[in-house]
Amino acid sequence: MNNVLHFAWLVPFFPLLGFLVNGLGRNKLSKSAVGVVGCGAVLLSFLVSVWIFLQVKGGNTYVAEYFPFINSADFKIPFAFQIDQLSSLFLLIITGIGFLIHLYSTAYMHEENSAHFARFFAYLNLFVFSMLLLVMGANYVVMFIGWEGVGLCSYLLIGYWFGNDAYNYAAKKAFVMNRIGDLGFLLAIFWMLAKLGTVSYGAVFSQAAELTTADATIIAILLFVGAMGKSAQIPLYTWLPDAMAGPTPVSALIHAATMVTAGIYMIARSNVLYSLSEVAQHLVAIVGLATALFAATIAIKQNDIKKVLAYSTVSQLGYMFLGLGVGAYTGAVFHVMTHAFFKALLFLGAGSVIHAMHHEQDIRKMGGLKKKLPITHLTFLLGCIAIAGMPPFSGFFSKDEILAAAYAHNPIYWGLGVAGAAMTAFYMFRLYATTFFGEFRGTHEQEHHVHESPSAMTIPLMVLALLSVVGGFIGIPEVFAKDAHALHHFLSPVLVTEQAHTMEHSTEYMLMGISVAIAAIAILYAINKFSKKPELGEPAGLGNVLANKWYVDELYDAVVVKPLHGLSVVLKNVVERSGIDGLVNGTGKLVHYGSRQLRLLQSGQVGAYLLAMILSIVVFMLVWFNDGTIMNLLNKIVK
Amino acid sequence: MPINYYIFLAMALFSIGVIGVLTRRNAIIIFMCIELMLNAVNLLLVAFSKMHHGAAVAADAASQVGVDGQLFVFFIMVVAAAEVSVGLAIIVMMYRNVHSVDINFLNRLKN
Repeated sequence: MNNVLHFAWLVPFFPLLGFLVNGLGRNKLSKSAVGVVGCGAVLLSFLVSVWIFLQVKGGNTYVAEYFPFINSADFKIPFAFQIDQLSSLFLLIITGIGFLIHLYSTAYMHEENSAHFARFFAYLNLFVFSMLLLVMGANYVVMFIGWEGVGLCSYLLIGYWFGNDAYNYAAKKAFVMNRIGDLGFLLAIFWMLAKLGTVSYGAVFSQAAELTTADATIIAILLFVGAMGKSAQIPLYTWLPDAMAGPTPVSALIHAATMVTAGIYMIARSNVLYSLSEVAQHLVAIVGLATALFAATIAIKQNDIKKVLAYSTVSQLGYMFLGLGVGAYTGAVFHVMTHAFFKALLFLGAGSVIHAMHHEQDIRKMGGLKKKLPITHLTFLLGCIAIAGMPPFSGFFSKDEILAAAYAHNPIYWGLGVAGAAMTAFYMFRLYATTFFGEFRGTHEQEHHVHESPSAMTIPLMVLALLSVVGGFIGIPEVFAKDAHALHHFLSPVLVTEQAHTMEHSTEYMLMGISVAIAAIAILYAINKFSKKPELGEPAGLGNVLANKWYVDELYDAVVVKPLHGLSVVLKNVVERSGIDGLVNGTGKLVHYGSRQLRLLQSGQVGAYLLAMILSIVVFMLVWFNDGTIMNLLNKIVK
Repeated sequence: MPINYYIFLAMALFSIGVIGVLTRRNAIIIFMCIELMLNAVNLLLVAFSKMHHGAAVAADAASQVGVDGQLFVFFIMVVAAAEVSVGLAIIVMMYRNVHSVDINFLNRLKN
């Protein structure tokens, strides 16, 4: 066994240990001890991940089998970890950004009492553990274990403040929506088992060519249904904006940087299956693009700082799926990485603002925070520029790679993608300008208390800001420098079906120029429009429709929830109450009534008993000898 | 005498006993009616015994057929005597408690 296999299990082990220590000792440990355990566990796994990254950098891949998970006749599923370029990249993202967010949380959650503080860190560690299991698993079953684990942690953390009913509803909504997707994933696993008899990546991908196109399409689409739920794509995206009920670090870690990208990881991992089915690829691209545009339109009119970021996340995830759909797997994974940097940064920045404003999230009540929160302001600005796709920030490289691949596939995809990018730039800078420019619009008391966050919060912001700025340089497109796309080379052993697109350099420059110019115009327009005179009133017309999220929640309510609820009411009142209850109670009532009538026979009158006895004997004899013996006897006597 | 006469007498006695048991309320009279029924049965047993024994002896002088019927009668008389002693004791106790021998006062256990 290789060294890597000896140490790989340590990566998920440390967060699991942290979860157990913090979870079991939540009533005994002090806050600082909890913070050290929670952050330390993730930091240790990050260090091991870095070491693993260095091991696989040269192109080696490993599969570590630990024990048989299911072992039944010829059906075997090992509990195994896949250590390769794709999983090691995700390990770095999860543990690296995870550590920064844990560090940030020690300050952000400091107002909670120590038992709840420990509960929070226990959940976060459990989440990191599940997420690591998800990306490290060497087969779809281990991935599914992690997949369910992150869903559970998402539920627990969205409903972390369980005293508030609305938050509990949001948590339930997230869980139920995810279950729908999970069902698709599970069916895909079953289909795979039925057709190939294995779920291990290596075996599935080497045998995938034996699948008929129909089978490959069904498996790919079912996997994509799973990804739709987890990665918040149309039609299962509505849980993600509501999931903002959780504490802000949770939104940053789970609902922006890591868990929601699990779907992208899964599809990138299964790229061999998708390459067999054009239908599935088109579906992924179209759903991704539609989600990117749809969510971007909604984000334009949201006034809750976290809601804007949530819709922005949905929209960016749409871009990643567009990339997957057009075969730009590297681009999608690249965007996962840069998005993890700048979106975690933006969420943590938003958290810093919310912290400073004493839990005010409405941007209409902020404004003029530029001077009061200098570090938050600067890092937030860098994050906004990165997400808007301005060169040479990280978002530019990854988004450009996806858009270029989309153009090679179909210029219409590219056009719509650029429109979405322009909207992204617009709503991000609307958010930025409304929050940080202009006059302060909060209460006098809030103005008095506004302060820059402690260093445990600003340091992660600065680190992430740095990554958002320079993170793109690992994926420099060929047009700028030949063979400079480090990420592409790094991932090429895993993403074997990457569809290379060749384009004239002039075309590519032109595409870049157009998208950057449009985004820049959108930025300037937004700053110009909102820095002096922010939107404070109620929106009208189309704006009102957008502010109400296209009434999708209402639509789902009318189409799915209400009919189901009606059916349940009918089942409860008719089938349950009068049917089943009626049957059970009816039996009881019948026996009760019958007994009451029979009870009258026991009168206590001895004469009545005797009469009954004699009559019974007579009847009994008549029946017993009903062949006429008695009558014959009597006849004989009379004669 | 033909056997029919015995049978009709026994039936009459038995019926009188049954009707007496059903219709009277005085415990002592009911008791007497029960005795009447027992004796109706005894009468029949003796009559049939005699009939069969007579027929068997005509064929074979040493025959014992039908003798057991008469033995039954003695058993019944002994059991009836025992029954009477117990029954009368019950009636005496009943009279001490309710100062009556009316069986309708025996429904005290009803509730």
